[in-house]
Amino acid sequence: MKKTLALLAPALLTLTAALAAPLSAQAHRAWLAPTSTVLSGNDAWVGFDAGMSNGVFIPDHAAMRLSGLTITAPDGSAAEAENLHQAKYRSSFDLHLSRPGTYRVANVASGFMASYDQGGERKRWRGAEADFPGALPADATNVETTRTDSRTETFVTLGAPNDAALAPTGKGLELVPVTHPNDLVAGEAATFKLVKDGQPAAGVEVAVARGGLRYRDNPEEITVRTGADGAFTVTWPEAGLYWLGASVRTPGANGQPGSNASWNGALEVLP
Amino acid sequence: MRKLPLVLTAAGLSAAAAPVAADLSVSVELPRINSASYHRPYVAVWIEKPDQTTAQTLAVWYQQTRNNEGDGKDWLKDLRTWWRKGGRAMAMPADGVSGPTKAPGRHAVTVPGARLRSLPAGQYTLVVEAARELGGREVVRVPFQWGAANTGTATGSTELGAVRVAVTR
Repeated sequence: MKKTLALLAPALLTLTAALAAPLSAQAHRAWLAPTSTVLSGNDAWVGFDAGMSNGVFIPDHAAMRLSGLTITAPDGSAAEAENLHQAKYRSSFDLHLSRPGTYRVANVASGFMASYDQGGERKRWRGAEADFPGALPADATNVETTRTDSRTETFVTLGAPNDAALAPTGKGLELVPVTHPNDLVAGEAATFKLVKDGQPAAGVEVAVARGGLRYRDNPEEITVRTGADGAFTVTWPEAGLYWLGASVRTPGANGQPGSNASWNGALEVLP
Repeated sequence: MRKLPLVLTAAGLSAAAAPVAADLSVSVELPRINSASYHRPYVAVWIEKPDQTTAQTLAVWYQQTRNNEGDGKDWLKDLRTWWRKGGRAMAMPADGVSGPTKAPGRHAVTVPGARLRSLPAGQYTLVVEAARELGGREVVRVPFQWGAANTGTATGSTELGAVRVAVTR
């Protein structure tokens, strides 16, 4: 996979600046959409499209760079994507499900942003946190820094679902299922928890949007809020592929960097 | 039922299964569907408890052998409701449960009481789900009582015809 990514690299460089830091592109929604989520048999393949777009799951803006693709197999080990490809509006890849259980498919990015004044102008620096010390010009003043963590993910299950791949990593904003993410049915309530750096994320707004807006008039978007334990509940109005999005911003203080963490997920609800 | 306390005292917990010496017969009608590319449906027949969890799967009809279209087990998930309520936890093929797909017509599933001896007497629902490649999916539910002779019937509208359940002594 490393090799494949290296081949993709020149194409990735042509991406817009907005994509380099997905968090800054609030107007565009990040999504990672599976071709199916519930599978049977001895093995199976699932394809994925990933993009940043105005419409949910409608490739209309830009492909997502997949340099942070992290796939967790049902036993918690890492699995590899195949047939990686980046097109104009969407990236895609395949996953061969070779053992039963639930796979967690995520594109994870971490970064560091700084804004500062130089010569009467407000400027920005972006990069890895490790590269930040000494990166700004000597005459930079009024420096504000932010750590960014973004995670775009989805889940697929071969055979019976399991939980080993669903354990939070403790970094950034993450979804911890109470209801299994591949056991969602229209008309039934499902509960999940949001955690930030492993701790419950309370009072966070979660946007819930069903795909297929191009073929209907009403966005039918739902907003739910997490409780003190980070939990939120959604009762799926109908079957479909749903996009969920949440972000938590914490301002910096006393010279410490602020943080900007976001989570975007695609969950399939069956009839 | 009035005798039950006495029986319990005498025989303990095994008494719960004792009054059930009945057989369960299910008749499933698969309608003839005019379609350019007709495929026989995958069908699952199971018993649900009043809380809608599965008590026991009675029959699963699917493509048994691997052919040029692949392994039939790949499409078991299309029996969505059954898959979620227990199918995914079963190993297929399963003795006395799985079988090949059936042609349009009426098909009987007869389950001897011995196979249902772990089922306590009471109200249940017999569920039949059919899913067809390039076709639709339908679930038909028939309430019935286990522990006494009775019958129930319901009819599907697209992928299933009449479904009959009979408990005989």
